[in-house]
Amino acid sequence: MSGKLKIHVDQDRCQGHARCKALAPELFDLDDYGNAHEHGEGRVPEGLEDKAYLAQTNCPEFAIEVIEE
Amino acid sequence: MSDSVSMMPEHPPVTDWIRDFDHTDPAWTENPFPIWEQLRAASPVVHTERFLGCYMPTTYEAVKQVAYDTEHFSSRRIIVRDVRPEVTQPAPPITSDPPEHKPAKQLLLPPFTPDAMKKLEPRVRAICNELIDEFIDDGKCDAAERYTKHIPVRAIAHMLGIPEKDGDLFIKWIHEILELGIKDQDILMRALHEMSAYFAGHIAERKGKPTDDLITTLMNARDKDGKPLSDAHVLGSLRLLLVAGIDTTWSAIGSSLWHLAKTPADRERLVAQPELLPTAIEEFLRAYSPVTMAREVVKETTVSGCPVKPGNMVLLSFPAANRDPAMFADADKVVIDRKENRHAAFGLGIHRCVGSNLARMEMMVAIEEWLKRIPDFRLDPAGKVAWSQGTVRGPRALPILFGAG
Repeated sequence: MSGKLKIHVDQDRCQGHARCKALAPELFDLDDYGNAHEHGEGRVPEGLEDKAYLAQTNCPEFAIEVIEE
Repeated sequence: MSDSVSMMPEHPPVTDWIRDFDHTDPAWTENPFPIWEQLRAASPVVHTERFLGCYMPTTYEAVKQVAYDTEHFSSRRIIVRDVRPEVTQPAPPITSDPPEHKPAKQLLLPPFTPDAMKKLEPRVRAICNELIDEFIDDGKCDAAERYTKHIPVRAIAHMLGIPEKDGDLFIKWIHEILELGIKDQDILMRALHEMSAYFAGHIAERKGKPTDDLITTLMNARDKDGKPLSDAHVLGSLRLLLVAGIDTTWSAIGSSLWHLAKTPADRERLVAQPELLPTAIEEFLRAYSPVTMAREVVKETTVSGCPVKPGNMVLLSFPAANRDPAMFADADKVVIDRKENRHAAFGLGIHRCVGSNLARMEMMVAIEEWLKRIPDFRLDPAGKVAWSQGTVRGPRALPILFGAG
């Protein structure tokens, strides 16, 4: 079940603070260096929209984009 | 990241903060927040002739610009001092600029991911409880001396795979190398020699008999050409981890406890709603960020419209950035359920603290276990809270009363 939001982590900006993973573990994966990537294709399942915005507004590097489709 | 400023010659007291700031002045040590507010109101960048010339960006935007700009600002010197001796002992990656920075940092990142920290968490929880056992029956303690000081050093010892009881030895070496060593060359050389010999022994033990710890991980690491690191590189990394990982988190845990001891409403709320702890920890990191870094200006440029010139240092105050009202609503209030918190306590850009996941886990566990065992506590009016001076700010004396009476 997919919602209408997509997320994307800008790899040039992400520095591995890992705030997104702490706040929205369902939406992000960390690689071996601790840098974040959107989970799967970045589709935000219905009901997790608030978590997507929470992750975005707690990223110190402004690396997370939330796209409304 | 202890600093040596306390051993430096007396500085004249500051009377004009805007043109003559000094982060080692007793007024700054005691309560820097109104000083930062005054500087921010004056200009996004201020300058002092002290420390052979030093700028300070005062706003979040200006701090961010400097942190991101590795072309005009070098990390080869990361502490603002009275003197600027030749750089002889670099500590990559913290003292590295691009392009050397990335490969040096990538070697250190995998052992510090959140997943790696989860494995360490049970041990840290046990360390906290062992410490609390030692003073809980007394009804009071100096929490900086009996609790917060010992948690990071024992956690790092555990990660490295060396006896936790040697933690006192690390604290002694760090004190000798970074403080006493500034004035006494013999003490400095002896401590460096002792520390190198100590780690050389542990490195030798692991050759042919690898163990499941960070020393072995570093020994097994390969550089981009597939070659193992030299013993000297491993030794340098171990030195960095000890120096950067100890008094920083000691400070962060201490400031959090200090806040809770003097703010009953927040303390009671966290006891009743422990699920708020992760958000509260982020807010303590923002409001009481322990670590101030530095850069050296290597090319002329402007920061927030202010010209900056080579030959000067930059005091890079993430703590001041985190109090900028242009970035944070109610910046000077501690809001333990703050929703939006893009604080820069662990730095911004490529030099993001490699130990941030470790520090967060230690803070979380240390405060959680304390609140479980000692939910009711307050500052001891008979004692005095003392703050460290300079680059890392946190309580070094934190007299606390708890329980009935």
